[in-house]
Amino acid sequence: MRYTPHTPAEIETMLAAIGAPTLAALVEHVPAALRDTAGLDMPAGLDERAMRHELTLLANRNRTDGVAFLGAGAYPHFIPAAVEQLAGRSEFATAYTPYQPEVSQGTLQASFEFQSAIAALLGMEVANAGMYDGATATAEAVLMSQRLKPGRPLVLVARALHPQYRQVISTYLAGIKDVEIVEVPFAPDGTTPLPSADLLRRASCLVLGYPNAFGVVEDLTRAAAGAHAEECLLISATSESLALALLKTPGACDADIAVAEGQSLGLALGYGGPGLGLFTSRDRFVRNLPGRLVGETVDVHGRRGYVLTLATREQHIRRERATSNICTNQGLCAIQVVVYLSLLGRHGLASLAERNLRGAHALAERLSGIGTVHFAGPYFNEFVLAIPGARRRWQHAVAEGVIAGLPLGDWYPELEDTLLICATELHDSAAMDRLVAVLDAPQASAEPKRRGSRS
Amino acid sequence: MSTTPYGVLRPGVLPEPLIFERGTPGRTGATCDPNEVPGPSSTDVIPAALRRDDGLAGLPEVSELDVVRHFTRLSQWNLSAATTLYPLGSCTMKYNPMANEAVARMPGFAALHPLVPDAWAQGTLELMWQLADFLRAISGLPGISLQPAAGAHGELTGIKMVRAYHNDRGNPRKRVLIPTSAHGTNPASAALCGYGVTEVPANDAGILEVDTVRRLLDTDVAAMMVTNPNTIGVFERNIQAIAEAVHEAGALLYCDGANMNALMGVAKPGDMGADVLQFNLHKTFSTPHGGGGPGAGPVAVSERLEAYLPTPRIVRDANGYRWSEDFPKAIGRVRSFHGNVGMLVRAYAYMRTLGAEGLTDVTAMAVLNANYVRARLAGTLPLAYDTPSLHECVFNDRDLEKTGVHTLDLAKRLLDYGFYAPTIYFPLVVPGAIMIEPTETESKQTLDEFIGAIENIVGEARDTPDVVKEAPHNTFIGRLDETRAARRPVLRWRPSEDSKPDA
Repeated sequence: MRYTPHTPAEIETMLAAIGAPTLAALVEHVPAALRDTAGLDMPAGLDERAMRHELTLLANRNRTDGVAFLGAGAYPHFIPAAVEQLAGRSEFATAYTPYQPEVSQGTLQASFEFQSAIAALLGMEVANAGMYDGATATAEAVLMSQRLKPGRPLVLVARALHPQYRQVISTYLAGIKDVEIVEVPFAPDGTTPLPSADLLRRASCLVLGYPNAFGVVEDLTRAAAGAHAEECLLISATSESLALALLKTPGACDADIAVAEGQSLGLALGYGGPGLGLFTSRDRFVRNLPGRLVGETVDVHGRRGYVLTLATREQHIRRERATSNICTNQGLCAIQVVVYLSLLGRHGLASLAERNLRGAHALAERLSGIGTVHFAGPYFNEFVLAIPGARRRWQHAVAEGVIAGLPLGDWYPELEDTLLICATELHDSAAMDRLVAVLDAPQASAEPKRRGSRS
Repeated sequence: MSTTPYGVLRPGVLPEPLIFERGTPGRTGATCDPNEVPGPSSTDVIPAALRRDDGLAGLPEVSELDVVRHFTRLSQWNLSAATTLYPLGSCTMKYNPMANEAVARMPGFAALHPLVPDAWAQGTLELMWQLADFLRAISGLPGISLQPAAGAHGELTGIKMVRAYHNDRGNPRKRVLIPTSAHGTNPASAALCGYGVTEVPANDAGILEVDTVRRLLDTDVAAMMVTNPNTIGVFERNIQAIAEAVHEAGALLYCDGANMNALMGVAKPGDMGADVLQFNLHKTFSTPHGGGGPGAGPVAVSERLEAYLPTPRIVRDANGYRWSEDFPKAIGRVRSFHGNVGMLVRAYAYMRTLGAEGLTDVTAMAVLNANYVRARLAGTLPLAYDTPSLHECVFNDRDLEKTGVHTLDLAKRLLDYGFYAPTIYFPLVVPGAIMIEPTETESKQTLDEFIGAIENIVGEARDTPDVVKEAPHNTFIGRLDETRAARRPVLRWRPSEDSKPDA
């Protein structure tokens, strides 16, 4: 059979060594009442050529030929060939969690470099080796705030935080006694005003998107000062990590915990996964961090090397008293991200971020004849466009092969007639002109024959 | 061979500093014209108080070739399933087929944005729909969610559903029963859902007894979590009776599917009375483990729990597949978007390649290989239990005691022989545990070499114990001081003091 190497003669020899007459005898101790006699109800196997043909047909049924101005938590960016080639090397891809550090230094040093690069990018003191995604990293940050501020009954979450991040926080907190999530409304300029001192005083944390779900850059420094005045922790959550190449870092703003989605930094969109959760905090919180940490040490000969460390926080040691249940995280994605960050480096990352910001602002200017930027707050590569008949125009654009961002009414009923539009380095001038044209077409603003809804 | 500050220099394996120690100020590996589409600059539109002003200090300044050499060299310091036998018990480090990588990287899958209209994603949606069908067939359970990002995330999702189920009946209950031999993720997942944990001991044969379970059951128990086969590779033959007792007490049975690779075509958790089960796609279905992920942890549930599965879920109608949030009892989202879809594509490719017959053969050969290693080594190392094994076998270091050699030393010495080590000191119920899972993809020749290596090492332990106690000798780096790492944690490289970004 495919991938199983034994010949019938070898199987006979092995059964003889075991002292079993047949393969079936090896599973006879499974109670007869439970033994599966019907077999698996699945199709027969395929050889590689046929399998790849079938999967190619499926892949071709997805449409990736259109022009999409979609961000909203997953950002299209160019990935240099070296990134996937290097991270995809079998030595990285087919290793396990580095339990034997002497033969896992590749994974361990790369993870240490990842932690170092992420701490630098977010301007924070310490980063872990990665979480599942930005949303679960945010939920884990909220749980960590509850460990650091026990007894505080509230968690303050900006309504302008990505809705899926808010939903995951709710799921994670369900069943945790005496903790209530309070939603903090947004102001007309798209930023989140500081909640009242009374709320902050009873909350373990205030969670803000940075930039938020509208692409708007919050004033984290002011939020941190306000939260800290009431001994509440500030958590910043970034879904477009490239923005951090231009924005004041969460660390410089005095955030206590800063989390992010790392997909922008060299990971394919892949219909939303695998992505990568980035998790950073202050040094003094390190024993409360969820997830794995790699630390520097020396070997018996005094040479520098790396090991998994501070594992007494983790489930395999601490079991029900662990800081989290996380085990497998997204290790290979973390390696891919540090390859990407190394390749672009200080200068490449800064110029790429500048390219994104200028492109998005150029697009907003080109759209100014048919819509307006809805929020006055500063933005990076994503903005909310207020445009009459937004949904109708959006549907017309889709029919023309252009995805004009996200109809934001799907997520914020109060923002019907707006589109969340993202432009990155993948959107050139011609693509932008095409978006303007399809949104401005007479058919786009005409009454539709039938109003369909977008799920 | 010579020693360098970064390790032992060997032909073909070169030392390498940190990426931050390579390069020079001003060097870059990738450039981009910021003005390709002319527009206002960041200084025009972002107020100074919101702008970064450290020039990204602390990130590397290296060329593309620097990066290529650096990560190629680092990769060579790893042992991996592609390099050698990786017999980590309970981790199922089987061969990860290259064809799966090729299909997952096709742009039709890889370049798809998660928020495109459903009509633009019909290929991926169909793949996910069919993958769910396959998981139904293998588990014998009707409800599937592909959203959880890893096995432990699937456990969390499962116990959240258990809690929602009990909440609906007016009382979330307080405790979860978990065998002493369970993975640490089980109690940690239960605790994360607000449950206390009660440990359940196994009998002398390593098997759970229904009477023990019954004594611990009461109306405070929300669920029992059972790994079957358990972490010593033994089938829990009382599972049906345990399921009945659990259900009689109004609780639910959680089956940890970490070892599903031992059950395909042999038995179905649905028939055992399971209410919820997580799959670890990187174990059973050959997706690469990546040195710690990404995994994928789909959950399968019984009818009792179907209403609580996470949202959104795929539904099918005349127009094809679409996402729906319309499930009022759902526990909600456990992560953003739709799961680690790239790993789902790889697992699907594997299941299509092998089909029903191939997957059944996977289990049969995994069981054969584990039992072969067990039979051949039974005269060399003591078995932890005489009970028949399925896909893995557990030995201990009891007979080595007089030589002063312990499990850890044996594991380190195996590295010198070019093999990765088995899982050691787990499960916790076996002192000095050596847990071997060869997997089905290893040839008899490789297994014989591995068996020979262990026999040699046990001989060395008797004759020249120091050689074993000081191992490894041939690896790139020697035994590492883990105590020092934890006592004075150094968790990152820092730029020089004056440009410290968080100063």
